[in-house]
Amino acid sequence: MIPAHATLTSSLLYLDGVSVSFDGFKAIRGLSLVIAPGEMRAIIGPNGAGKTTMMDIITGKTRPDEGTVMFGGSVDLTRLDEAAIANLGIGRKFQKPTVFDFHTIEDNILLALKSQRTVARTLFWKTAATDQKRIDDILGIIKLGDARSRLAGSLSHGQKQWLEIGMLLAQDPKLLLVDEPAAGMTDGETAETAVLLKEIARDHSVIVVEHDMGFIRELGVKVTVLHEGAVLAEGPLDQVSANERVVEVYLGR
Amino acid sequence: MITRFLIQGIGRLDLTFLGLLAALAVLVPLANLLLPENSVLHVPTSTMSLWGKYLCYALLAISLDLVWGYCGILSLGHGAFFALGGYAMGMYLMRQIGSRGVYGNPVLPDFMVFLNWHELPWYWYGFSSFPFAMLMVLVVPGLLAFVFGWFAFRSRVTGVYLSIITQALTYALLLAFFRNDMGFGGNNGLTDFKDILGFNVQAQATRAALFAMTCVMLIAGFLIARGIVDSKLGKVVIAIRDAESRTRFLGYRVDRFKLFVFTVSACMAGVAGALYVPQVGIINPSEFSPANSIETVIWVAVGGRGTLVGAALGAVVVNYAKTVFTSGFMAPYWLFALGALFVFVTLFMPKGILGTAQDWWGRRRKREPAASLAEPAPAE
Ligand SMILES: Nc1ncnc2c1ncn2[C@@H]1O[C@H](COP(=O)(O)OP(=O)(O)OP(=O)(O)O)[C@@H](O)[C@H]1O
Ligand SMILES: [Mg+2]
Repeated sequence: MIPAHATLTSSLLYLDGVSVSFDGFKAIRGLSLVIAPGEMRAIIGPNGAGKTTMMDIITGKTRPDEGTVMFGGSVDLTRLDEAAIANLGIGRKFQKPTVFDFHTIEDNILLALKSQRTVARTLFWKTAATDQKRIDDILGIIKLGDARSRLAGSLSHGQKQWLEIGMLLAQDPKLLLVDEPAAGMTDGETAETAVLLKEIARDHSVIVVEHDMGFIRELGVKVTVLHEGAVLAEGPLDQVSANERVVEVYLGR
Repeated sequence: MITRFLIQGIGRLDLTFLGLLAALAVLVPLANLLLPENSVLHVPTSTMSLWGKYLCYALLAISLDLVWGYCGILSLGHGAFFALGGYAMGMYLMRQIGSRGVYGNPVLPDFMVFLNWHELPWYWYGFSSFPFAMLMVLVVPGLLAFVFGWFAFRSRVTGVYLSIITQALTYALLLAFFRNDMGFGGNNGLTDFKDILGFNVQAQATRAALFAMTCVMLIAGFLIARGIVDSKLGKVVIAIRDAESRTRFLGYRVDRFKLFVFTVSACMAGVAGALYVPQVGIINPSEFSPANSIETVIWVAVGGRGTLVGAALGAVVVNYAKTVFTSGFMAPYWLFALGALFVFVTLFMPKGILGTAQDWWGRRRKREPAASLAEPAPAE
């Protein structure tokens, strides 16, 4: 799969021939993936398929051994560090929800809120009325408004997931990487999360990794199946779940 | 920044602490200078200078708490910044001796004459000026911290490795300052001071002024530290302490934030050292000894890290205990006692004296231990 040059320039995120190995184990082998501006994409695949590693590569946590990773058609992400990539407009929710336990929920959002990240600006930061409004809005969206002054460490697993989504919203990135947002949630919460993500996808590009097929179906977007570090199938959920190779991989694990 | 937090954020504990320091700054010098010696309230000069020394340690402890308690950088080399500030002050005091030294050389300090040196090394230039020396009190430790931190934080050295290299830093300086040819008086260090700003350092009034100045600088250091930790930068720094890589993914350049607090903290430690030297009358290389830096960590742990006030409290409590302990028959066992104290605090009072007291206080007032952690608490 070699996308034409036009594919690169019109893409928001462009991965081609990406490989990475850990101590000789190839976690990603020749992965190619293109996300268009405004697109929401679901990524599925068995445990160890390399979904999280792919996000690590996009966000600068892991350097690929080979391959191209381009953002916005022109920025080479493999040359940038985590902070620079975040400031380009790529936000991430981690598989294991990671919030700042010793900060209040409100402060977690404040820290994520889109702003200049320099030392001087943060030292002399004043939360403007518009910032406060935005924080309040987000707290409302993630239904944690009443708990705003509680420490994030006291939240349940599901609430932490939502807080992290709230932090993503606050960052207002161009591209959101959302790793297993529904893990540890009740069915009701899962459904609400799907609604929330669809809402977010209206004006953001989103990549969602999830194991919950009901959730993926709810999103109703193009699905990419990863297996052993490469793309196995791509297309609408019904089509990929009818794919023999996909069935084999899922049943064979 | 400062004004904002003065209006809204300052807690009752902080106010008590600041009020106490302000009172000490005024009352102790007055009780020393004005009350007759037979009065019960009279403060002897030696006691005043001893407490002045404790308060210098308190400032050092606050500077360490800023990096350790809030940013998670366990510096085992903060004694180096303290000592460098002390040496800068010592160099000024040496230059003030002038021709009153044993050898009567108007320019060279005695130890240089003794070493047969004929001119002042270039790095002693300017130290006859008080403003220049005070600038160096900030610049020398600050610059060292900046350069050291620039390399360490950029290469993402953290945890134990960072602690070890800070320890190596102070050890290297210890060895360097021991050498006579470094030009800092070798193992005797700098001493026999005469004047500071034209006043006799030994005079009672000068000592009272130094004590008051120490209180003032401790208040200033505390306010700066409080201003930093209560700002958004302070929140970023705590975020770095608790989830460093998460903070990076939010777009914060972790190394720069660490560098900022580390440098500010080193400057603060330097000021503490500068106030310490005229009050104890000497600065020598033993101030660089790794054990000093480790003791500072113990003060902060005992007082309660991440509270600022606790760090200052720990410094005073431990050093007061040290004075009592080492002046009696138990003197040889002080290090054992200190070690035991550290182990005790780590095991049974991980939040230190202040944290434990606050928990206890909070529980008494609420009468509902930690219930708010369970399910949706009412908005506060
Ligand atoms: N830093 C690392 N060092 C060594 N091996 C790693 C590292 N990161 C990932 N791996 C390995 O790479 C493979 C892919 O892992 P990855 O976490 O990307 O899978 P995943 O698709 O996210 O799986 P899951 O659904 O379980 O989250 C796994 O076999 C994992 O053990
Ligand atoms: Mg994963």
